[in-house]
Amino acid sequence: MTTTTKSVAPASDYKPDDSGRLLEVDNLFVEFHTAEGVAKAINGVSFDLHQGETLAILGESGSGKSVTAQAIMGILDMPPAVIPSGAIRYCGQDLLTMPEDQRRRARGPEISMIFQDALSSLNPTFPVGWQIGEMFRQHRGMNKSDAYAQAVRLMERVAIPGAKDRVKNYPHQFSGGMRQRIMIAMAIALDPAVLIADEPTTALDVTVQAQIMALLAELQEERQMGLILITHDLGVVADVADRASVMYAGRIVAQAGIEDLYARPAHPYTRGLLESIPRLDQKGQTLAAIGGLPPNLTRIPPGCAFNPRCRMAQDICRTDVPELRHVANQDSACHFAEEVLNG
Amino acid sequence: MGKYIVRRLLQMIPVVLGATFIIFAMVFALPGDPTAGKCGERPCSPEFVAKFREEHNLNDPLPVQYGKYLGKFVQGDLGTNYYGIPVKDDLAKRYTITGRLALMAIAFEAIIGILAGVLAGVRKGRFIDNLVTVSTLFVISIPVFVIGVLLQYLFGIKWGLFPATVPSLEASTWSLVLPAFVLGSLSIAYVARLTRTNLVENLRADYVRTAAAKGLTKSRAVGVHTLRNSLIPVVTFIGADFGGLLGGAIVTERIFNIQGVGGYIWKGINSRDGVAVVSAVTVLVIVYLLVNLLVDLLYGVLDPRISHD
Repeated sequence: MTTTTKSVAPASDYKPDDSGRLLEVDNLFVEFHTAEGVAKAINGVSFDLHQGETLAILGESGSGKSVTAQAIMGILDMPPAVIPSGAIRYCGQDLLTMPEDQRRRARGPEISMIFQDALSSLNPTFPVGWQIGEMFRQHRGMNKSDAYAQAVRLMERVAIPGAKDRVKNYPHQFSGGMRQRIMIAMAIALDPAVLIADEPTTALDVTVQAQIMALLAELQEERQMGLILITHDLGVVADVADRASVMYAGRIVAQAGIEDLYARPAHPYTRGLLESIPRLDQKGQTLAAIGGLPPNLTRIPPGCAFNPRCRMAQDICRTDVPELRHVANQDSACHFAEEVLNG
Repeated sequence: MGKYIVRRLLQMIPVVLGATFIIFAMVFALPGDPTAGKCGERPCSPEFVAKFREEHNLNDPLPVQYGKYLGKFVQGDLGTNYYGIPVKDDLAKRYTITGRLALMAIAFEAIIGILAGVLAGVRKGRFIDNLVTVSTLFVISIPVFVIGVLLQYLFGIKWGLFPATVPSLEASTWSLVLPAFVLGSLSIAYVARLTRTNLVENLRADYVRTAAAKGLTKSRAVGVHTLRNSLIPVVTFIGADFGGLLGGAIVTERIFNIQGVGGYIWKGINSRDGVAVVSAVTVLVIVYLLVNLLVDLLYGVLDPRISHD
């Protein structure tokens, strides 16, 4: 099942720089102004993404990973969300200061996104082929029957059996795994340079998870996309990601190549996450877990946000915010990164 | 689909039978004498009363009366009322005018109600939203006869923009505009609120977020992706309302002097005219059931998850 990739794409206005850098998030802040106060969801996040690279963003619920993704896509509800400062540059152009119409036209052909729950993320009242074809009708001005033909091609590409016969079926007529494949087909329809996958396999069972991850990896390889993989499941990313950023309370607390991250964690939180993965060779023993809960984002504790849950916390952790710094081939925002690394 | 329709039509038979029997029994149970006042100032002669009761089967027990009535009804004979006028002719005229009125009221509901609801939902919390919320609350809290008389006075008499009354049964569409608006006013408010609530809820749905992530224009994300889902309950409401408007038009019809179904039933009850009342109500019940079936079918068209197989 081979398909030509660049079928109908016009010349892009966006070109990555010489190093192949596509996306650069620079000191981004996002707040939610709610009745209970200001929730500081993102507090100075910086990272970049290159062509053909897979970056995993890891973290618990409420750590800010999905908000980061939605800020990049520009689909945050503003208000209540506010972006007080920071920049998100795509091929050198700041998406946050771009006119809304220009930014909208980049969604789909340049940056695209797939979501966690494909059933609720697809419109229940339109056929799946219509929804995939809508990308071509909106962005390429294609007519309905040509758009349907493109939808069939994409459904075949993501290995949906009998694509031709199923193109006019509705989302509820597909299984969970097939629905996520449809989401993927829709997201890659216009050959985006950046694909953001927000917990793409969380709603699926384990065997299907592996298939979807394999499909994503294959498409990423084939199209040399920059892939941002957002997940709380460390097991999912180990095989496919090149690098990983670990988020906690709206900050990146650790950043490393995927092998370093697993083999030599330099942040107590990363180590805690790794220890809390159940392993067969530890059968019968108590599973290590990180005690406590992530902080309320309207009242992030002073100092290191992780200090109330950290076994190694000292006085300095309760007063000084640790900066992200380079420690042995990776970045860690911990006052005691070296000790974590060696212990 | 065909099977479903047949099944639904068959289900209507017991409903119609039950409804007509209850109406029949209720009219029968009403105190008073249908011959009272038939002979001017004097009491009617015993001969006349006997003949009258014989003609209208009033001497039979209730179930027999009902059976005889039903036998004629299924043959399309709705009988004559106590004044000797065929009920069928009367009903045809009166259902025509009330039906036109109700259809126009439905049009107002659909157009003004949905438009106001969409504007309010899209601009939630802004001026237009507050305007719609407050004005619909206003309309809902005022009885329809107050709205009717007020609008009749202002638009019909004081400013003379619309005809103030409807002179005959062959009324022009123009003369029905004001009555139809009054008749639909309450439902316009409900439709606006229902549309707004559903739209606001659906705008938060995941698939609307997807629509934004696909780079669709705002108008497309709202107009195509959100509106369709939001209108499903609204269509149900409007459909069910049609039956209610037919029977409930009596207040509006009285204000604007329209000789409609409501007035006919009211008159029939007052003169103990059982045949007229039961026939009029039976037609109302049948129309109501048919419209409901239509709404259920439309529901399946709007929402593919609902199957009528």
